[in-house]
Amino acid sequence: MMRVAILGLGSVGRGVASMLAKKGLGITITGIADSKSGACDPAGLDVAAVLEKKAKTGLCGDPAVTARAVVEGGEYDVLVEVTPTDVKTAEPALTHIRTALSMGKHVVTSNKGPMALHFRDLTALAEEHGVQLRYEATVCGAIPIIQTLQHGLAGNTVHAIYGVMNGTCNYILTRMADEGLTYEQALAEARELGYAEADPTFDVKGIDAALKLVILANTVWNNGVTLKDVECTGIDLLTAEALTLAGRQNCTIRLIGEVVPEKGLLRVSPRILPKKHPLVVRDTLNAVTVVTDMAGAITEVGKGAGSVETASAVIGDLLFIKNCHVTGH
Amino acid sequence: MKIEVKDAPGQLVAALKPISDVGGNIMAVIHEWDPTLRPKTRIVQVVLDIPEERLDGLIAALKAAGVTILRLGEERLLLKRSVIMIGHLMHTDLSDTVSQIDRTGYAEVVEMHLTMPGIAQRSSALFTISATNRAHMDEAMKVLRAVAKKKDLLLVEPLEEVA
Repeated sequence: MMRVAILGLGSVGRGVASMLAKKGLGITITGIADSKSGACDPAGLDVAAVLEKKAKTGLCGDPAVTARAVVEGGEYDVLVEVTPTDVKTAEPALTHIRTALSMGKHVVTSNKGPMALHFRDLTALAEEHGVQLRYEATVCGAIPIIQTLQHGLAGNTVHAIYGVMNGTCNYILTRMADEGLTYEQALAEARELGYAEADPTFDVKGIDAALKLVILANTVWNNGVTLKDVECTGIDLLTAEALTLAGRQNCTIRLIGEVVPEKGLLRVSPRILPKKHPLVVRDTLNAVTVVTDMAGAITEVGKGAGSVETASAVIGDLLFIKNCHVTGH
Repeated sequence: MKIEVKDAPGQLVAALKPISDVGGNIMAVIHEWDPTLRPKTRIVQVVLDIPEERLDGLIAALKAAGVTILRLGEERLLLKRSVIMIGHLMHTDLSDTVSQIDRTGYAEVVEMHLTMPGIAQRSSALFTISATNRAHMDEAMKVLRAVAKKKDLLLVEPLEEVA
């Protein structure tokens, strides 16, 4: 039995906790904390009770038990860090992850902040302590792109990565092309459906896609690039007419992240693509193409967000660690 | 190139045969019908890809076959790429934007579709650019990026993937 502590009980945290409780994968949750409270039980928490309490009272446990106390308490093998992304400081996730790695604990995170801003420090720290730091859920939700790059395509030389990495933008562009909506109309619709935040800047300016691109670039080339190295243009200035003009050429527009180290390219920008191009996926889907020497081009398509979808990526990482790295429980 | 052939069975094939004989690649054949032409002749426009050094041999072969060459395109613009620009295109001198590409000598704007939804609103335009080769196209894109940046226009380029 492998023991995990979960930090963050938003959509992703609840998805992970409920799926682990439901599926019986040999993983016990011994600690849970969010920004307001926390709970610990070395014998395993009653996940259903914790989630019910959180839904009813807004608290998952005792307000006196902090996230920090759960991390430092140490009754776990893997820390699951699924708190919200802070793109400026990466905190509090950064400190949680550093603390756990330094204590010799494996870490699985869905948090883009620490991985995009401190990739090299964190991977070096994990290596130094002989533990795993896995982050499948940070890029393209349910798509196992990190596993694909690290294991499935091992031995290949990767020449380039292209992708649709933000579901909110993809939904807006799909609707603008389909219905001739203006950007503002499509954004309003995305908000109504819960695909866009009240402040959509992070998505529509391409920042979210840029963070993912940075993580992918570091995963493949360990080149130490960060957010400020990305040439970033969002979709907020696109017009309905531009989509119509592209449509007349049997093309459409998608927000594409591309990294081609041989050409010095690290860019997020709206691009014209033929409608039949494999990266032209619909609605909130994500898609990534990896171009390699041996395998050629590989494209993966799937859901880029969602509670259970992101939990799928987190649980994949947990089972990888359980199967390959944790013994004696 | 534009060539003139007699309007008789087999004439067009006879005119095109020398092209393949010298290893040229015929990319398009366009028939033009012009009522002002002398009877029994047709103008045919042929777009072809041929190594520079074999061009003189081809011209000689065509003449020998009795084909009249009306015009030989000096500029061989084979690559086309369409981009979209969004912003205050008219107020930032659209004609200057186009001529910045045309002035390069190796690339030109060959088609443009412009939509202007209303006064003071941003307009959108699709430009099709022709260039002699890939390197020149990339240079033309650099020129266009600089223009877009200077004039505060959003440039949407096609995705060009590495092979």
